[in-house]
Amino acid sequence: MVITLNGERYELDEPISVAGLLAKLEIDPRRVAIEHNLTIIKRQTYPEVVIGEGDRLEIVNFVGGG
Amino acid sequence: MGLGSWALTDTPFVIAGRTFTSRLIVGTGKYSSHAVMAQAHEASGADMVTVAVRRVNISDRSKESLLDYIDTNRMFILPNTAGCYTADEAIRTARLGREAGLSNWVKLEVIGDERTLFPDNEALIEATKVLVKDGFIVLPYTNDDPIACRKLEDAGAAAVMPLGAPIGSGLGIQNVNNIRIIREFARVPLIVDAGVGTASDAALAMELGADGVLMNTAIAGAEKPVAMAQAMKHAVIAGRLAYLAGRIPKKMYASASSPVEGLVGR
Repeated sequence: MVITLNGERYELDEPISVAGLLAKLEIDPRRVAIEHNLTIIKRQTYPEVVIGEGDRLEIVNFVGGG
Repeated sequence: MGLGSWALTDTPFVIAGRTFTSRLIVGTGKYSSHAVMAQAHEASGADMVTVAVRRVNISDRSKESLLDYIDTNRMFILPNTAGCYTADEAIRTARLGREAGLSNWVKLEVIGDERTLFPDNEALIEATKVLVKDGFIVLPYTNDDPIACRKLEDAGAAAVMPLGAPIGSGLGIQNVNNIRIIREFARVPLIVDAGVGTASDAALAMELGADGVLMNTAIAGAEKPVAMAQAMKHAVIAGRLAYLAGRIPKKMYASASSPVEGLVGR
């Protein structure tokens, strides 16, 4: 299964929840914001939202800026 | 009677109902390390810092998080929309920043030109309207144009943030008179954002009546960022006091400070 993760092609074995993907990537869910197919999803729904074939995911965080 | 009786009492620095202890707002970009940044923040006395919203690096998770170096109990985090060239991009980024952060505040940037990083005022006003309607507290980075500032205010901006000079240029305030006019027009807090190079630039902004100054490169890019942060802290305080104290008018010729009577030998 292929998704687009932060603009890049990313392969997954099977559909996975957003929370599951974050755990797999070792990303702290409290420090990020996520867009799933152009819709921002609330942090409390990460365990329920399932990522499927062809989905587009943006995971952002804060970096240094002015 | 102590000296305190003559000391000026300043009004608090309030934006959208939130009070800040420092009138200096600092950035988090371009530092040689997170540790230096944390020290500079401490030295600056600022209690609001700007951050950018960017994609998480998926392949390299080794990088430490910026937020590990910001005391969020003391510092208010202001996400920006730097690097956005359309209203839609800026709105999308602002919404992501709100979700990643703890507040509905945004430093709104819609850039119109890559070389100067000057704002696209038309798109900026449009994005301000949309975000205000969406419940955001919008602090727009704008040109030093009194009319643009007025339109942003009418669009619901919680403050106006005209540039002193292009971002990162360190040129200081290029159009002093415009900042003075914006001060006269503005009914929301005026924050001079960008262009500061050294302490006197920050002091000048405050002397002109700005309510605050926002800077990143002037501190982060200095040879000794922590020392410069301290200099900026004092400059902002000095400039503010000078503004409140009321400067003397400028004259074309000298006016003696010592008495002209009683001179020896006359």
